[in-house]
Amino acid sequence: MNLGVGSVVKTMSGASCSVSWKSGGSDKVSDQFPAGLRVLVVDDDPTCLMILEKMLRNCHYEVTKSNRAEHALSMLRENRNGFDIVISDVHMPDMDGFKLLEHVGLEMDLPVIMMSADDSKDVVMKGVTHGACDYLIKPVRIEALKNIWQHVIRKKKHELKDKDFDQSTSVEDGDQQQKPPEDVDYSSSANEGSWKSSKRRKEEDETEERDDLSTSKKPRVVWSVELHQQFVQAVNQLGIDKAVPKKILELMNVPGLTRENVASHLQKYRLYLRRLSGVSQHQNGLNNSFMGHPEATYGTMTSFNGLELQALAATGQLPAQSLATLQAAALGRSATKSAISMPLVDQRNLFSFENPKLRFSEGQQQLNNSNKQINLLHGIPTTMEPKQLADLHQSSQSFVAMNMQGNARMQQNNALLMHMSQQQQQSSRAQMLNETNNGQVSRPPLSMSQPAAVLSRNSIVDNVRGPIYNPVSQTSSMVDFSLNQTTELQNNSFPLVSSNSGMSTLTSKRLLLEEVNSDIKGSRGFPPGYDIFEELQQQKTPDWGLPNIGSNFGASDHSSIPGTLDVSPSMLVQQGISSMKKNGLNGNSPIGGPQLNLFSGGNLLPVKAEQLPDTSYQNTFFPEQFGQDDLMSALLKQQESVGQVETEFGFDGYSPLDNLPV
Amino acid sequence: MQRQSASMKRNLFHQDYLDEQFNELEELQDDDNPNFVEEVVNLFFTDSVRLIRNVDLALANEPCDFGRLDDLMHQVKGSSSSIGAKRVKRECSKFQEYCNERNIDGCKRAFQGVKQEYATLKTKLDAYFQVAREAS
Repeated sequence: MNLGVGSVVKTMSGASCSVSWKSGGSDKVSDQFPAGLRVLVVDDDPTCLMILEKMLRNCHYEVTKSNRAEHALSMLRENRNGFDIVISDVHMPDMDGFKLLEHVGLEMDLPVIMMSADDSKDVVMKGVTHGACDYLIKPVRIEALKNIWQHVIRKKKHELKDKDFDQSTSVEDGDQQQKPPEDVDYSSSANEGSWKSSKRRKEEDETEERDDLSTSKKPRVVWSVELHQQFVQAVNQLGIDKAVPKKILELMNVPGLTRENVASHLQKYRLYLRRLSGVSQHQNGLNNSFMGHPEATYGTMTSFNGLELQALAATGQLPAQSLATLQAAALGRSATKSAISMPLVDQRNLFSFENPKLRFSEGQQQLNNSNKQINLLHGIPTTMEPKQLADLHQSSQSFVAMNMQGNARMQQNNALLMHMSQQQQQSSRAQMLNETNNGQVSRPPLSMSQPAAVLSRNSIVDNVRGPIYNPVSQTSSMVDFSLNQTTELQNNSFPLVSSNSGMSTLTSKRLLLEEVNSDIKGSRGFPPGYDIFEELQQQKTPDWGLPNIGSNFGASDHSSIPGTLDVSPSMLVQQGISSMKKNGLNGNSPIGGPQLNLFSGGNLLPVKAEQLPDTSYQNTFFPEQFGQDDLMSALLKQQESVGQVETEFGFDGYSPLDNLPV
Repeated sequence: MQRQSASMKRNLFHQDYLDEQFNELEELQDDDNPNFVEEVVNLFFTDSVRLIRNVDLALANEPCDFGRLDDLMHQVKGSSSSIGAKRVKRECSKFQEYCNERNIDGCKRAFQGVKQEYATLKTKLDAYFQVAREAS
């Protein structure tokens, strides 16, 4: 093969940006695949790096090298579609290779090959559990590199299958499913190109939501936040041990989702859980890393209370006033530990995942339904009344009001981070609204709930549990992340597990959230949104893929919230907001940002951490997109109309966000 | 000249100074990179100087941080294995064993072995490349 396809072999020693073909590359090389495969190789040893580069070039791959993991990660983030596969050394001075592995898996969902001179079983096993698709022993021979393209194909194929769900609501299933086989014609890379383009085409054909969903440039299946929330909720209901794909599928009841999709997702999720349980919490690390994550627009999940608010404020999401209020409130209140599950904004809503019109309210309901508490929007300030906000805020995150609506209680108790994850049941939301009608919380008008992650930190305490949570639990996936908080946010855990059980979950979650919060701070680049869900879900210290993030999550004994929580609320909020806007108030935009594919069963969640630049990310939050201010106002409005929530939102079905006055 | 360089290489292999990996490097060499092997080897020797120095410093510390020593030596080993420096690699492994046993004296002795093999290899390869260059 010759390099004539125009592949540019970029060799860099860790400083320059890589130029990537992006998807164009794949089309170009279609005839010569795997030639032109875009490989990023990371190794601190310059000798090895030079040799590998030469070997890879001899395989006609397009090579980018870096001797620093951080630099490699930023290259990947800047250029999400710029690489097909990553090869990384295990021992590196600036970042552990496994951490890089996790990041890549979570954020970019690229196949990662680990290498080391160390061939001890433990290390190799570690590679496996962290989700590496292969492990090479040094010195690496060229023969070993010649076949790495198989990992790329395998992963794509896998994603393609998963993607079926995302793309099709119902009808397309058949078509889509047929697609993979056709597309996966490895003999000719043309297929690869066409596969991608056909996927894209398909996406375009889909409804808006779908388009939004699959906005990601990569033809990868994205498990949206909302979807994932539903998934997690289903798994929780069944019990992780008893959760089989078939049952999960039934519980989720999402049209177009196949058992295979669920099965593969479950596998990853399990890996992730396993990893989490074995990972120590890096409480601070998470937060820090999280903050540092360039894409973490969420705003670091630092201490929720003050920092988050500030972050939120900074991001404009949280009006200064609210911020002050929240802070004040938060200070004044001790977060009740109830597990408040802020209704997670149904991501779907936000991203119009399936129903373009899903409103926030709906999303919220769904969120509420799902137990996931996703601390999606960390920074999303909810327009809760100060008091409520304060409550919510304990972790200081104002949560996008959207979710809050239903969670008047949540708000009450603490800042709930509502992850705008899929809301599962509107009814729960309705209930929540009812609850909130108590007047405790002024639910922000649903309109608010635009995708922006309504993250309400749920520092919902127990009291909330009672009334609100019942309903909430059903729906909510309250993202109760009060991750940052060490407080009571307890609800971090998925709040809502069906009706009352949610409460307990919430509580545990809350704890998790607290822990998570601390962790979150450190989390780096925690892929927004998705991670949060995951985190919330159950893991203890979600170290989900995110090196820092996960670990801190909910360090407490409870289910550790997957690292996702780390997403700083503000990030989420932002994203949610932006997505909201974009999607026209879909309502729940779960933690935006990268598609919440995060759930990493093992370490890497297939989160497509891609920040869709302008497209309606339905699944992702793109802060830039939405005016946080708008969101805030929406939230505020919502809050004011607590009493009317029901009517407004039609809790039985949240009135589509569209209706909500924004 | 060519015969000389070939026989030098044979000897290096025969005496375990080099192993199969070195052949891999030679296979990578092509018209676009006619001096690839020499460049890599030079890079190795340049870069490993600091690693060696770090090991020296770490060994001089009291008390000895065996974890760090092991880490450092792991790097030296990885690097040397990538160019096929068989004997050096062997000495590195010995060092790591002593590290595991927390045998500081053993480590120091093994390190001497590493440095010695390292120096010898450098000399031999320098000579080899010189001949090889002249031969081409």
